[in-house]
Amino acid sequence: MNILYFLVGCSILMALIFLGAFVWSLKNGQHDDVVTPGIRVLFEDEDSKVDS
Amino acid sequence: MEQQKIIEASLCYHCGEEIATLDLVIDDKHFCCAGCKGVYQILANNNMCAYYAYNDTPGKRLNLNTHFEYLDEPSLLKQLLNYQDETSSMVTFYIPAIHCSSCIWLLEHLYKIDAAIFNSRIDFLKKEVSISFKHQEISLRKLVETLVQIGYEPAINLQDFVKENSNTVNKSLILKIAVSGFCMGNVMLFSFPEYFGLSNLEPQFKALFGWLNLAFSIPVVLFCAKDYFLSAYASLKHKHVNLDTPLALIIAVLFLRTAYSVIFNDGVGFADTLTGLVFLLLMGKWVKQRTYHHISFDRDYRSYFPIAITTLQGGKEKPKAINELAIGDRLWIRNGELVPADSILMKGDAWLDMSFVTGETEPKHKVLGEIIYAGGKQMGEGIEIEVVKNASQSYLTSLWNKENYKAKFKQNFNDSVAKVFSIVVFVIAFSAMVYWFYYGNSAKAWAAFTAVIIVACPCVLALSTPFTLSAILAVFDKKGFYVKNTDAVEDLASCNSIVFDKTGTLTTAENAIISFTGNLTDEDKKIVVSLLNHSSHPLSRQVLKHLSCNQFYPITQYKEVLGKGIRGIVNQQMVYAGNQSLLPFAIKAPEKSGVHIVINEQYKGTFIVAQQWRPNLAKLITKLTTQFKLKVLSGDTNKDEQALQTFFSPLADISFEQSPQEKLTAITQQQQNGEKVMMLGDGLNDAGALKQSDFGIAITDNVNNFTPGCDAILKGSSLSLLPNFHQLSKDGLKIIKISFAIAITYNCVGLYYAVQGTLYPLVAAVLMPISTITIISFTTIATRFFASKNKLL
Repeated sequence: MNILYFLVGCSILMALIFLGAFVWSLKNGQHDDVVTPGIRVLFEDEDSKVDS
Repeated sequence: MEQQKIIEASLCYHCGEEIATLDLVIDDKHFCCAGCKGVYQILANNNMCAYYAYNDTPGKRLNLNTHFEYLDEPSLLKQLLNYQDETSSMVTFYIPAIHCSSCIWLLEHLYKIDAAIFNSRIDFLKKEVSISFKHQEISLRKLVETLVQIGYEPAINLQDFVKENSNTVNKSLILKIAVSGFCMGNVMLFSFPEYFGLSNLEPQFKALFGWLNLAFSIPVVLFCAKDYFLSAYASLKHKHVNLDTPLALIIAVLFLRTAYSVIFNDGVGFADTLTGLVFLLLMGKWVKQRTYHHISFDRDYRSYFPIAITTLQGGKEKPKAINELAIGDRLWIRNGELVPADSILMKGDAWLDMSFVTGETEPKHKVLGEIIYAGGKQMGEGIEIEVVKNASQSYLTSLWNKENYKAKFKQNFNDSVAKVFSIVVFVIAFSAMVYWFYYGNSAKAWAAFTAVIIVACPCVLALSTPFTLSAILAVFDKKGFYVKNTDAVEDLASCNSIVFDKTGTLTTAENAIISFTGNLTDEDKKIVVSLLNHSSHPLSRQVLKHLSCNQFYPITQYKEVLGKGIRGIVNQQMVYAGNQSLLPFAIKAPEKSGVHIVINEQYKGTFIVAQQWRPNLAKLITKLTTQFKLKVLSGDTNKDEQALQTFFSPLADISFEQSPQEKLTAITQQQQNGEKVMMLGDGLNDAGALKQSDFGIAITDNVNNFTPGCDAILKGSSLSLLPNFHQLSKDGLKIIKISFAIAITYNCVGLYYAVQGTLYPLVAAVLMPISTITIISFTTIATRFFASKNKLL
């Protein structure tokens, strides 16, 4: 059962990584505007239209 | 099919408005005015017609009437720009016209119009665009003019630069929720073995899990729950108990007991309850925060006035920021511009539309040397005025800036309950402790004392109020009633008297009814239409729409006399349309105001633009009369007195020609008589009264328009729902009280164990979420029930 010490450490470490990722995305402003990017992806990219 | 085609053909390709008179055709596309055609041409020239691909008729009709010389002033630039380095600048504008995906597409492809604009990003909900540009190649003024040309005029006013950043507050709360949620999840994980009794098999893990739980509790207490401690400390310093005081106490007790248990290996502690409690409390706080994008409840005069005005210095025009205006400055006010500060008229013919300031509908004529109050809008030729008072000290703004409106501190339901609650809990906790000490069981005494405090947690109070009230706000929101915050709902519920403004509140500015006093033959109509077609004045457009005649004669010697009317020669006949001072001879008109028509020296009659009462007004008033004391305070003359009396009962108090100050005093008097006053108004003239009232509602037909500072903004079309809104707010308080009763039941169960000193952490950990879930689901369901009962869903 001593393997549990290692597993607990791993689980906490992973959880901390995810928390860190969330904090980073929050500070990075990814949650500031959640509407516009959704509309933006629907626009045709004209430059690529020329290429194809 | 055929018919549909015709309908489509008569709509403007750009803005979608009906093409009534002028039909401009280019590239097989029809346009209603030169402005719309101009935008299309710019877009077509820049290969940007994809704008029209995403939405039909995405444009808005242009209103080219603004001057942006002031954007060349370096001192103003500094205030406007977010960021500037050697080559590039960044600026953020609020653009009210943003409304569809085409707008996003166009504004994010500005670089196609001008290569100096290298980046533009839109925030759709906030209707904001952030533009980065090379300021050596394009000036800010040029940039704004480009925006105006394509139909996206930014709203630039003083208050937008000083907006406080509420976003960072929100962010720090979300961060706290994330951290506490993270800690709660992990603590739960490490508490499960204890719940299921597994620790008996592996006792060495019990200590490890205990220490881990304690470690996770530390950031929760020190970081996430910091505000509760600060708030509790601040309120105790003022010798007063608010809801945060018992909450902070409980958090502290939970933490200390957990630490004690872990360090002295005595049980598992309450880490799960502690982290769960903080997480839920923060969620309640988050729900309570309701952000209305670009609806501002705290607007003051700065957002009503433009940012700069043209001054005359030694005969030269020079733009100057309004807050820099000094006494003695000469100002040049063009047609349609606002007078920013109390001034004396020096030159020109002043016709001022004071409707927003005093509520009067007719423009006022001022003669040289007369004082002009700030807030009036010039309706004629340019005038020269001299400032006699600073913008912030003028008659209107001083009324607005008056402090001591409301008593700063308001005790709401929660805080008053928290006081009683804290006292009761302490009495029980101390008696339990004394009891066990009396029987010589000091361990149990401490256990009972802390357990009572833990179990009697007022967290339900802290949760039921935000959840109920924010659910109510969401219901209001959908019906076009935007309330400032959850606290304001309690104010709304307590009102027992309503004061109405007339112009713009009981009447609507849109859809004016036009009637004609005389008789016009078809030939006369054609002549009048030919004349009016050349004017862009709103009155001309309204009359034109009313006449709906699509044949025109050529016109010569057309002249528009600003603020008076228009004249011209049609079919060799001189035609006048305007107010009395324009006409060549005195007429005997039944109504003084309106558009008088004279054809060939012969008075034909007058177009009267009557204000229209809001629909269902009679019904609304009848409903309100049973519950409220009603009153009308109008700044206008008493010309509508009879009409008003048909709506209101004879008991209602109707006063006319009320100055803004008189309105304010009237409200104060009612409040001194113990009434809770709700005020409905729309203009600057109501600003003082709205602030003074217990619940001020600003009525507007367009939420993006200027509204004075208030507690709530109501769409004009939703006015008839006012009694339902009020009833729902009252029901909301009922829901909170019922949920409080439910919570007390749970607390009594917990207390039964707590006073005996036998509260196991597991019981606390189960009891708290159950009571919370009950309360949240109860408030949600009950709110929906009452909302549909009040016909608001």
